[in-house]
Amino acid sequence: MEAESVNPSRDAILARLREALEGSSPRPRQDEPGAWPTPDPVAEFAEKAAEYRARVWRGCQADAPARLAEVIGAGRAAVAPGLDTHLIPPGAEVRSRIRPVEAETYAAAVTGCRLAIAETGTIVLDHGPDQGTRSLTLLPDHHICLVRTDQIVAGVAEAVAALKGAGLQTWISGPSATSDIELIRVEGVHGPRRLDILILEPDA
Amino acid sequence: MRVQLFVTCLNDAVFPKVGLATARVLEAVGCRVEFDERQVCCGQMHLNSGDEASGRDLAVRMAEVFAEAEAVVSPSGSCVAMARHFWPKLAGDTGRIAAQKTFELSEFLTHRLAQGLGRGWTPEFAGRVAWHSSCHGRRGLGLLDQPKALLRQVRGLELLEIESEDQCCGFGGTFSVKNPDVSLAMMDDKLDALEATGAEWITGTDSSCLMHLAGGLSRRGSRLKTIHLAEILAGGAD
Amino acid sequence: MSGGGITPSDRFEKAVKLTLADGQMRANLRHATTTIRRKRQRAQDEVPDWQELRDRAARMKDDAHARLPELLIQLEERVQDAGGRVHWARDAAEAREIVAAIAAGYGLNRVVKVKSMTTDEIELNDFLASRGIAAVETDLAELICQLAGDRPSHILVPAIHRNRREIQELFRRTLGADLPTDNPAELAEAARLHLRRTFLAAEMAVSGANFAVAETGTVAVVESEGNGRMCLTLPRVLATVMGVEKVFPLWSDVELMLRLLPRSSTAERMNPYTSFWTGVRPGDGPQEFHLILLDNGRSRVLADPSTRETLRCIRCSACLNVCPVYERAGGHAYGSVYPGPIGAILTPQLLGMEHGEANSLPGASSLCGACLEVCPVKIDIPRILVELRAKAGVKPAESAGLKAAAWAMASPRRFEAAIRWARRGRGLAPLLPGPLSGWLQGRDLPEMPARSFREEWRRSR
Ligand code: SF4
Repeated sequence: MEAESVNPSRDAILARLREALEGSSPRPRQDEPGAWPTPDPVAEFAEKAAEYRARVWRGCQADAPARLAEVIGAGRAAVAPGLDTHLIPPGAEVRSRIRPVEAETYAAAVTGCRLAIAETGTIVLDHGPDQGTRSLTLLPDHHICLVRTDQIVAGVAEAVAALKGAGLQTWISGPSATSDIELIRVEGVHGPRRLDILILEPDA
Repeated sequence: MRVQLFVTCLNDAVFPKVGLATARVLEAVGCRVEFDERQVCCGQMHLNSGDEASGRDLAVRMAEVFAEAEAVVSPSGSCVAMARHFWPKLAGDTGRIAAQKTFELSEFLTHRLAQGLGRGWTPEFAGRVAWHSSCHGRRGLGLLDQPKALLRQVRGLELLEIESEDQCCGFGGTFSVKNPDVSLAMMDDKLDALEATGAEWITGTDSSCLMHLAGGLSRRGSRLKTIHLAEILAGGAD
Repeated sequence: MSGGGITPSDRFEKAVKLTLADGQMRANLRHATTTIRRKRQRAQDEVPDWQELRDRAARMKDDAHARLPELLIQLEERVQDAGGRVHWARDAAEAREIVAAIAAGYGLNRVVKVKSMTTDEIELNDFLASRGIAAVETDLAELICQLAGDRPSHILVPAIHRNRREIQELFRRTLGADLPTDNPAELAEAARLHLRRTFLAAEMAVSGANFAVAETGTVAVVESEGNGRMCLTLPRVLATVMGVEKVFPLWSDVELMLRLLPRSSTAERMNPYTSFWTGVRPGDGPQEFHLILLDNGRSRVLADPSTRETLRCIRCSACLNVCPVYERAGGHAYGSVYPGPIGAILTPQLLGMEHGEANSLPGASSLCGACLEVCPVKIDIPRILVELRAKAGVKPAESAGLKAAAWAMASPRRFEAAIRWARRGRGLAPLLPGPLSGWLQGRDLPEMPARSFREEWRRSR
């Protein structure tokens, strides 16, 4: 006996679904994730991210701070707290969130990522300490994301497998865009209109 | 090889020349052609009109006629697609057996020629021809380049490419009379594309689409004419 | 009005007369769909395992639907474990009440919305308005519909029937935007400026969901503009309305969705933004999360094994973009927020095949098969259209003709007699289903030949 119902709609829907399925039995499924063939995931990631009008730079860790300072320019930047301290440019502020009232205060946000995908040119945030909470990468108009080459996976399937258990994720492929006018893609609506990706090679 | 000609009800009643041409082509590639007079209609018109019971009845009758044949060939991609995709469901095992040996003409010819049979076949047809790809042949049977490859073997024929070949002409059987407005809007675009090729003839695998296009051309007063693929391929086969 | 609902007020063949006459709309649609078709093909051709992906996704969805009750309960548990609340709505009215009650419970009179066909399906906006709650659409196309008072006409781009010039006009008039040109980038910028303050002040958002994972309780929104991220991040309350068929079993199944959906819908390798969330994350985003699971006819669709694959649909809109009927008729002719090929099979099944207007929709197809060719979850739309035509039955006026034809065709002798009869009169009638006037509206009939094929055959052999 089921416990006395506290939710008649729930019971009714489940009953309808069970009735609808009467006589049909589930077929067990075995599924092999699809691999993405790529000779050079890093190069492919760089190329595809750039095709979505992200600005991509590739260099070694040692050159990163200078490049970062250049990309940030004169604007005020917020940097995720978990980033390697040597990467944080002088003058940048460490912030894990940006409140709506501060929306126009910061020109740029600098973060790391959880991983990146060659198949699609995507960066994935799981909002760990080096990425900040979601508002950090949403409100400033410019997102600067640091990607280590060892974080780049070949395909979506690999990414999904690695991300199991991450309850909060943001997948980002290029700057914000819309296809809502005549089904033609134009960049720049509500999300950050500029996306810089710095691909960091390990130091030799 | 003995081949049972599946002429289709439309060709039987309105386009007998297409049936005769099909027989000539098949003979030219070395088949012995038979015509079982018990055949009438594959059931598609009724099925697609929502009268499944009648559609089944007709499909069962056809499947019974053809299940005994060695091979069945039809000058209609649409009717063959009906056989292949719906007879097994509508007519059970008999439907499956019949469907397995039923082929559309260009499909059958392509296969036969690939086996090196029908060497003596040398069709001729003088004219500029645009190919209309019927949807049921294209998507239901996978007829993409086969008919065009056959046309390229026809001496004297100039094959012209049409813009958006994969677009439906708007016939759709029952759709053409139940939704005439949309059907005609689709037809108009197709006729524009066909006229733009500069062809003298439109050919295809299906008399039904061709009848629809010819009806529109006649209304337009166009000089463009329709001709079934079988009639072109039979050129010089007399 | 801006909602939409799924109940057509006219039969398709009648409604289409109006929409076909709108030359501007037809031109807009043709332009948009032709562009996207080519791009989609390229996006698909880039993926070596595309056909396997489709097969895998179809199997995955079928598996999910075969175990739907169990998966929904699992999803409910996971969402609750993660601090969310789950509501169940039997129909549109219940779902609307739940959303309104949530807003009222927090004393709110304004919500921001992420594009969601499901909330359009249940006509949420008009209902909230009647309760004194303003719903602000934040997706560009939905905003255009809302400002113009249009019904959505496409499941991905609800304002596809409007071109850039019309949108420029609309934004000038309604937003007071200073728009010197109709450049789409400038139009998007106008929408950004208009909505930015609204986002920053928003206290509650209403969204749909592209899918939810039973195993983890994770919900996803796939989008482009960033309005989704705004709505899912800034307000303190989030209510998500999701059809029950959108749940799937495993986290690893996300691969299928994210590889098939973007390429099929906007023809991109990946859409700009996808947000995943699981219940509530303290200190990040809404601290109150309500998931509303909606039936509204879906269990009815599930009940027929021969057509239930309709529920696999991931609303990518590829079938609309390749459909020659949709391209000419436009979305409004379908009388439902679900137009095009998927609408032609989904709407009547959601409403029940007895529905006198909706059951005309399966007839809105030449059965050309272009939809099946592109559908990422391999829904056999042409076959289902035929199945549904049978279920809708034949109108009495047509029935007599069809029965007579079937009777004639059931015997070769009767068929020959019918041909002779047709030859004497004008009558192709036994070979043309439905009224001859429909044919003659724009086409001439062929001449009847002197002899039928079988007569010729007998003579020649
Ligand atoms: S039916 Fe298939 S193609 Fe059409 S919207 Fe749904 S998933 Fe996409």
